[in-house]
Amino acid sequence: MELTGAEIVLRCLQEEGVEYVFGYPGGAVLFIYDEFFKQDKVKHVLTRHEQGAVHAADGYSRSTKKVGVALVTSGPGATNAVTGIATAYMDSIPMVIISGQVPTPAIGQDAFQEVDTVGITRPCVKHNFLVKDVKDIAPTIKKAFYLAATGRPGPVLVDIPKEITQHKAEFCYPESVSMRSYNPVLKGHSGQIRRALQLILEAKRPMVYTGGGVILSNAAEELTEFVRMMNFPCTNTLMGLGGYPASDRQFLGMLGMHGTYEANMAMQECDVLIAIGARFDDRVIGNPDHFSNSNRKIIHIDIDPSSISKRVKVDVPIVGNVRDVLQDMLTTLREGREPNDGEALTNWWKQIEEWRGRDCLKFDRKSDIIKPQRVVELLHEVTGGDAFVTSDVGQHQMWAAQFYKFDKPRRWINSGGLGTMGFGLPAAMGVQIANPGAKVACVTGEGSIQMCIQELSTCKQYHLPIKVIALNNRYLGMVRQWQEFFHGNRYSESYMEALPDFVKLAEAYGHVGMRIEKPEDVEGALKEAFSLTDRLVFMDFVTDQSENVFPMVPGGKGLNEMILV
Amino acid sequence: MRHIISLLMENEAGALSRVSGLFSARGYNIESLSVAPTEDPSLSRMTIVTSGSEDVIEQIIKQLNKLIEVIKVIDLNDGEHIEREMMLVKVKAGEEEREEAKRMADIFRGRIIDVSDQSYTIELTGTVAKLDAFLAAIDRSWILETVRTGASGIGRGNRMLRI
Repeated sequence: MELTGAEIVLRCLQEEGVEYVFGYPGGAVLFIYDEFFKQDKVKHVLTRHEQGAVHAADGYSRSTKKVGVALVTSGPGATNAVTGIATAYMDSIPMVIISGQVPTPAIGQDAFQEVDTVGITRPCVKHNFLVKDVKDIAPTIKKAFYLAATGRPGPVLVDIPKEITQHKAEFCYPESVSMRSYNPVLKGHSGQIRRALQLILEAKRPMVYTGGGVILSNAAEELTEFVRMMNFPCTNTLMGLGGYPASDRQFLGMLGMHGTYEANMAMQECDVLIAIGARFDDRVIGNPDHFSNSNRKIIHIDIDPSSISKRVKVDVPIVGNVRDVLQDMLTTLREGREPNDGEALTNWWKQIEEWRGRDCLKFDRKSDIIKPQRVVELLHEVTGGDAFVTSDVGQHQMWAAQFYKFDKPRRWINSGGLGTMGFGLPAAMGVQIANPGAKVACVTGEGSIQMCIQELSTCKQYHLPIKVIALNNRYLGMVRQWQEFFHGNRYSESYMEALPDFVKLAEAYGHVGMRIEKPEDVEGALKEAFSLTDRLVFMDFVTDQSENVFPMVPGGKGLNEMILV
Repeated sequence: MRHIISLLMENEAGALSRVSGLFSARGYNIESLSVAPTEDPSLSRMTIVTSGSEDVIEQIIKQLNKLIEVIKVIDLNDGEHIEREMMLVKVKAGEEEREEAKRMADIFRGRIIDVSDQSYTIELTGTVAKLDAFLAAIDRSWILETVRTGASGIGRGNRMLRI
C-alpha cells in the first residue's frame, strides 16, 4: 500500500523506536503534524521555541544514550533551531532534526518562510540531506539515524519540502545502511595499543585525562576499572564529568581554565599522559605551546582521527571507539603484567596530595551572603548526589561542575563546546521526560535562564517537576569576572538593572517560586523544593555579587599559571 | 608548502559546497579547485591545490576524510605524480603582434584554436608553472583574456586513486 510522505516520516520514527519528538508546528510541516494527530506511538512535545525543542531533544539524548529527535518548520523554524543544532554538534550529541521546507517548485523563489536550511546548517551538522523524492524519505531517515549515532556522533538534519510529504510511495524501511564513503573505525590498532601499554607500564608520573568521549561511548565502567587497576590519578574535562566517580580518591577534579590546582599541575608535570575521548581544547589545556613545552609522552585515544594531533602533537595515537580500545587494553592488563615502579608512583601521589592540600576550591563559609558554591554543595547533599544536573553557561556552570560531585555518567548535562546560554531549562525538560521520577535540577543564572524562560510554559503543560536553581547575582557573572580581571573593573553592560520578580514569574507560569536570601535558609529551601515531587520549583537564590570562579587559567597562559583564591 | 590533494566523492548535489565550506570555515587556503565526474558517473574527482605547514595539510586531509560524502583522499605530493592545467589565452594578434604571438605559442607548444583579425586564442596545457611562465614571457599588454582550469593531478605508474 502506498503511503504519503508524511505517513512515511511517522512510520520511520516508529521503526527507529522513537518515543518522543520535540518540536513546533508550522506551514511546511503541517502534513507531518497531521500524522502525529492520527497515531499515538510517537509522542510529540510542544515547546515554546524551536531552540527549546532542539535543546530538549539534546538533553533527552545525553541522559539516555538514545538519538534525540526534533521537528521544526521551514524558515524561522529552522533558523531558530540552528543554535540548538550547533550546541549538539560541538558536543557530539546524536540527534536527528527534521525540518520542513517550502515546496520544491518554490525553492529559490524567496518564498514565504523559505531559507536555505541545508546551506545554513552545513557547518554545524555531522551531515544533512535535502529530500527530493518521496521514495527517498525512508532511506534518508534511516541514514540520518545511522550517521547520528555511529562513529563520532552528531546532529543530522533532514530537510523535507512540503509537497513531498503529500506525495505517495510504497513504504519500506531499510534494515541496514551501507555507505561506501562512511565506515567508522571501532577497534583500535593492536600495535598502537601495545605501544601505549608499554608507555603506561613504564610511567613514573602517569595521568589519565578523559573527556566527553568516555560518556558518549559508555565507557565509564571500563575507565574506572583501568584507573583503579593502575592506581593512576584521573581528571575529567567539563564534558567528561561522571566518566570517573568524582567522590573517589583517585579523582583530581575537573581540569582546565577553572580546573583544580591538583589536576592542572598533574597535567603539566606528568611523564605519561593518557588522553581518552578528549580533544585538548583551548579551555582545557590553555596555551598549546606552553602545554607542549614538556617531556611528557602522550597517548591519545579518540574515534575521530581529526581530533588527533590537531592542537597538541601526540606520541601514540589510537583511533577507535574509546570503549573498545579500553576493553582491549584491559584484556591485556588482566592477563598479568609487571607492576609499575611502585616507589615512583608513591612519590607521584605524595606530590599530588601536596597539590591537593592547597584546597583550591575553598571559599568563605562564614559569609552572611549566600555563596553560590555552597548552594551547589547543598544541592549535592539534598539530592544524595544522584540528580541529573543541567546547566546554562557562565559562573554557575563552573560552580556546578566543581561542586556537584558526579559519580555516574550522563548526570551532568551542559553545553560545553558552544557554551550556549539558554540550554539548561529546555535540556532539563528532555532529561525529565526521559527519566520520569528522577530528580532533575537546572543550575542557572538570572542571565541564562531568561534566554529560554518561555519553556516554563512547556514544563507546565507536560507536568515536568524540574527544580530550577537560579544563582542570582544580578550580573552576567562570568563577563563581570573577566571585566574585573582583564578590563580594569569596567563592568560594561554586564549588570542587569530590571530583573523580573522570578517568584511571581514562576507563579504566573503555574509553578512554585521561592526567593532565598540568607545562607541559613538554603538547605531548608532545597529540601522543601525537592519534597514537592510533582511541581516545578523556581528557586531564586540571591548570591554574592562579587564571587569569582577560582582557580582560573587566564587566556593564553599555561595550565600551571593559575590564579588562585 | 604547496600540496595537491586528490579526492573521490559521491557525485551529489551540494558535495562541492561541503568541501569549499570546510576550507573557508577552517581558514585553509585554496589555490585552485577543479572537479568533474569520473568514468563512473556516481563519483566525482576533485583536485585541490592548497598550501600550509605539514600540520595544516594533515588536518586538511583528516577533515576532508571526515566529510560523509568523501570516499578517498590522497596527497599527491606523497609520491611521484603528474600535474596538468589547461589555459585559454586570448592575445592581441594585429599586424604588429601576429608573428611573435604565433612564435610564442609554438615555443610553449600551445595551439591556436581561434583566430580573428585582431586576436588569437591559444590553448596551453602544462604544469601551473609552465602556464605562469607563458604569461610572463609574452608582452603583458598583449593579453586580452585568460581562463584556467586549475590543476588536475594523477599519480605516476601504479599509484592510483580509485575505489
